[in-house]
Amino acid sequence: MVAESVDLETRAERAESRRGLLIGLPTYLYLILFFAVPLVIVLVYSFATRTRTGSTALSDWNLDSWARVFQGPALEVSIRSLILAAVTTLLSLVLSYPFAYWIATRPARLRAILLVLVMIPFWSNFLVRTYAMKFLMGSEGPLSLISQLFGGPPVRILFTQWAVLIGLVYGYMPFMILPLYAALERMDWSLVEAARDLYASGWTAFRKVTLPLSMPGVVAGSVLVFIPALGAYVTPAILGGGRTPLLGDYIVQQFLQARNWPYGAALSMAVMVVMLIATVFYFRKGGRTL
Amino acid sequence: MSRPAVELVGITKRFGDVVAVDDLDLTVGDGEFFSLLGPSGCGKTTTLRMIAGFEYPTEGTLKIHGEEMGLRPPNERPVNTVFQSYALFPHMTVADNVAFGLQMRKVPSAEIEARVKRVLDQVQLRHRADAKPSQLSGGQRQRVALARALVNEPEVLLLDEPLGALDLKLRQNMQVELKELQNRVGITFIYVTHDQEEALTMSDRIGVMDEGKLLQVGTPEEIYEGPRSRFVADFIGDINLITATVSGPDRVRLGNGQEIEVRSPGPVGEEVTLALRPERLELYDLDEPMPENHTKLRGKVIRRMYYGDAYFYDVEVGLDHPLEVKEENRPDVETYDMGEETVVCWDPAAVNVVTD
Repeated sequence: MVAESVDLETRAERAESRRGLLIGLPTYLYLILFFAVPLVIVLVYSFATRTRTGSTALSDWNLDSWARVFQGPALEVSIRSLILAAVTTLLSLVLSYPFAYWIATRPARLRAILLVLVMIPFWSNFLVRTYAMKFLMGSEGPLSLISQLFGGPPVRILFTQWAVLIGLVYGYMPFMILPLYAALERMDWSLVEAARDLYASGWTAFRKVTLPLSMPGVVAGSVLVFIPALGAYVTPAILGGGRTPLLGDYIVQQFLQARNWPYGAALSMAVMVVMLIATVFYFRKGGRTL
Repeated sequence: MSRPAVELVGITKRFGDVVAVDDLDLTVGDGEFFSLLGPSGCGKTTTLRMIAGFEYPTEGTLKIHGEEMGLRPPNERPVNTVFQSYALFPHMTVADNVAFGLQMRKVPSAEIEARVKRVLDQVQLRHRADAKPSQLSGGQRQRVALARALVNEPEVLLLDEPLGALDLKLRQNMQVELKELQNRVGITFIYVTHDQEEALTMSDRIGVMDEGKLLQVGTPEEIYEGPRSRFVADFIGDINLITATVSGPDRVRLGNGQEIEVRSPGPVGEEVTLALRPERLELYDLDEPMPENHTKLRGKVIRRMYYGDAYFYDVEVGLDHPLEVKEENRPDVETYDMGEETVVCWDPAAVNVVTD
């Protein structure tokens, strides 16, 4: 009797896992074909050799490209990109938190409308929006004209790091607002009342209760902004004018101008590994605050 | 009553068009266990929240120990709250939760440690000091919430349905514990509940609320034995409500034409509601000797319910509703079967005349 019932249970479990596989199958296939396979190709290329003519020889496997990953101009570009991504993340966080907090504390109906407003930019093409930013910040653009109208100097920020920073913050802020909102919307506000009841001022209650409890949102938003900001290509290319290369356009340069595919591949993989480590570390740390 | 702990004068609270609390006057004495009792939405929690400082009254004045609170924020009021959902900080240990208020008031850390230990001993949770709230049972969480408030030695402790989430047995135990605790620490308790049994067993006085109004204030006995309105009578315990017309100085006429004795029912000709507790009614056999001056109505048992410690009978006596009679389950109390003819009998002094 007992043996039979165990047998039934195992059979049920096996059937369950078969069903799970079946449901996931289309996704698995898609991801293997268009994500895992290209990734492996990039990895293989990073060990290949660049020939004199600029083509890639899939022979003479070596670690030369990897040895140069964090050296010379690459190191400089990496550090600049890291700083820019970090500043973008921090600025987005500082600008998004109060806004997410404000949305989360509105009546439910207004919240839905405000969230749609946050997402409206996604309805138009990113490239088009970036060109609009370029127009806006140009020396003959609206910002400059308004400044001059009030007797100020023309605004000359286009093709500087500032323009890139503004563009990045603009582009990625929704990715910060949404997870922050999700975390704050779930907040049990009676906890804040409890803190106030226990002699905490409004600010202290925020620091001791609201902020720690919204950390998962802060972590998720930061990761979602930091990672694309680190690898950003379009924004620095258009708003920065390619004058001070960042990781994204530096890697593109390796492939298109320098025609050094193995080096470009090694750089891409290195950036991915760094992001992966950062993500794991961040989520572990973020997870512990709960 | 000694000097008042909390005084509400003409307190009204409106949320838009909704009047949550309507011109409420209430004085709670120092060291008193006072319950605000009423159905959900009656304004009792809003009243509590105004005392705590989470809401401000639209009109009226609110004083705690003689001091007017005005727009003082919650952190500057000498009261602490035990929240309905406990509102324990999930990211802090039990000890940190309890220490929170003392830390905010910059009490020296050695003293904080000693006081936290003492209060955790009081609620028998010393051994769970390093646990997170999520690792505790409902009853334990409830006690942490209590400890977190009590450690601050507030002048007034506000409790918002603190036992609502516990199961029956635990709730009954906590009722006893809470009452004993209150006796021991001598702090004023203002206790919000919709559970009449809780209010009756623990309170020194009860205020019954409905639709934002304070209907009656009194000791548990006064509220239970002498409800002044139909609502209070009906909300607290089981009761028979009988419509009658005053026919003389101490007499009323029932719907079936029978005249019975009721002490000072009001002006002759007026329609009144009589309130009668089921346990004050007795059933007799038709031929049994009955107390001389008691009111007697002849009827027929149409339902019998067994409650373990008692039987509840519905007896049809020719009025709008059958009368509910509670008879204790004792060997010397006779039981009646469905359909049996009987006489319902009560002392005229047990009848309360209530307003609508």
